Amino acid sequence: MEEKISGLAYVLGNNIDTDQIIPAEHLVYSLTDEEESRKYGQYALSGVPVPLAGLPEGGKQFVESDSYQSKYSIIIGGSNFGCGSSREHAPFALQKAGVKVIVAESYARIFYRNSVDGGFVVPFESTEKLNDKIKTDDEIEIDFKENEIKNLSSNQVYKLKPLGDVLPIIAAGGLFEYARKSGMLEN
Amino acid sequence: MGMTITEKILAKSARRVFLEPGENVWLNVDVLMTHDVCGPPTIGIWKNEFGEKAKIWDKNKLVVFPDHYIFTKNVHANRNVDVLRKFAKEYDLPNYYDVGSPRYKGVCHIALAEEGYNVPGTVLFGTDSHTCTSGAFGMFATGVGNTDAAFILGTGKIWEKVPESMKFTFHGKMPEYLTAKDLILQILGDITTDGATYRSMEFDGEAIFSLPMLERMTLTNMAIEAGGMNGIIQADKIAEEYVSERTDKNFEIFISDRDAKYFSKHEYDVNKIEPLVAKPHSPDNRDTVKNVEGTKLTKCYIGSCTGGKITDFINAAKILYGQTVKTSTFIVPASTETAKELEGETYKGLSLKQIFENAGCQIAQSSCAACLGGPDDTFGRAVDKDVVISTTNRNFPGRMGSKKSEVYLASPLTVAASAVNGFITDPRNFLM
Ligand code: SF4
Repeated sequence: MEEKISGLAYVLGNNIDTDQIIPAEHLVYSLTDEEESRKYGQYALSGVPVPLAGLPEGGKQFVESDSYQSKYSIIIGGSNFGCGSSREHAPFALQKAGVKVIVAESYARIFYRNSVDGGFVVPFESTEKLNDKIKTDDEIEIDFKENEIKNLSSNQVYKLKPLGDVLPIIAAGGLFEYARKSGMLEN
Repeated sequence: MGMTITEKILAKSARRVFLEPGENVWLNVDVLMTHDVCGPPTIGIWKNEFGEKAKIWDKNKLVVFPDHYIFTKNVHANRNVDVLRKFAKEYDLPNYYDVGSPRYKGVCHIALAEEGYNVPGTVLFGTDSHTCTSGAFGMFATGVGNTDAAFILGTGKIWEKVPESMKFTFHGKMPEYLTAKDLILQILGDITTDGATYRSMEFDGEAIFSLPMLERMTLTNMAIEAGGMNGIIQADKIAEEYVSERTDKNFEIFISDRDAKYFSKHEYDVNKIEPLVAKPHSPDNRDTVKNVEGTKLTKCYIGSCTGGKITDFINAAKILYGQTVKTSTFIVPASTETAKELEGETYKGLSLKQIFENAGCQIAQSSCAACLGGPDDTFGRAVDKDVVISTTNRNFPGRMGSKKSEVYLASPLTVAASAVNGFITDPRNFLM
């Protein structure tokens, strides 16, 4: 696991549900076919209503039309991030679009598990509300060792909650890798 | 110290005598359920991770229902069903319910109950967030993603954090104008969409235990809308009877101890609850039907695992009998058994099907249909700026199709009353 990750922030509101992360009509593409699975990146966060897409101004496309990747690699959310369906396509789509870390006040359980067990993105919990302090396009650095998020654009540092019990799974890269490393599964 | 039903079931599954909320434990899974949207990627991960040696831990414990995107021309969606079909054939799965065959069942959560997979005291995981529905049978049931499901598929095991429990007690005798849907909308408005995140929601009280199993399932179904890990209702005589008619498996009934610890307790008098809606765009955006009465509608929808059971249609028929709908009204029986019952079940001498047809409703084959939007050709899908009232469980932006549409969630009584008038209507106008 890297010690630090930096990138541009894309800021969202509360209750970002899985239909906003990847609208249901797109769930039909293959997740294993390299070429076809790029579509998940293309449509990541395409269900977010335009005025709420990229706060505070809104109206900022997460992925440019005709692109499969986003320039944003760090998502700042509010509470209850990832609520809704059990679709693992949601954290997968974010990973495909290039997201590395999400920082939110709280997560819906299934989304959180999927992010961790699938090894898609690292879901950090913030210790305070951040989606009104960090703006879309701010430059962000996440420090895994110190459990800190630094806004390089405003020079503010905020504490993150330690990853706790799920850290070994995240460090291993997902549930299967973890189970192999810990001897639960054969190599 | 005492334990809740959920804690006791998880302890049994983890082969432990005692456990506490917050502990991470490895559970032994009794049933794994998957469907056409999450089944193929689950199978993909399983094959990939276990490689040549990939083995299903126990074929009899795997249940597969195509139900989401099945009556569509969409090639990708059809390919998903083909993947399931091939997989079922290759591994000779005993519990595969293929679409287009007489075994086809419809929406997974209802089919699980009807086919006898819901058994008190057991642990069921499914690749669908509404897997919590099965908790109405005094069992632990919850949703997981594809990686977790693939892990279960190969090992029969999964980790879970033992949840704290919240208790919701409903006192009194259910009035005729209320349904389980109103009760859960009441709770959602009170605790909001993350009020039960990572917790168990336990329902009890006189009003709950008077409900038939299918109505109880509406409550546990929407536990996930409050973020709940599971919803659970202690199994009683009504549950035992339902289960015994459908399976000869033995089962164990767990009861929460009197000194069990709860994160919170919530008490309601059902006589003080009014018919409710959840306004766009969140299931916790609760209001009384009275307050939004008159809102013009372009579509009415009665279907899904929440509101497409025979008990929901009986309620709708009480109002639609002898009436004509003023707005396009879509009827989607959740399961093929429900579809059959629409013809068998009667009200004032007419079958429910006749009542709905006479009222001008359109009736579809059993499936998830427009509950989650789906491909363009999906029956009842919200288009453009549709204003919909629906018995389903989610009204997030775009959930039923168009991102510009607005969806109100309500009970089948309220949806039926609204269909007759073409605008949102309190069912008491028809029942009293
Ligand atoms: S009916 Fe709706 S909520 Fe139920 S399983 Fe199908 S899509 Fe999900």
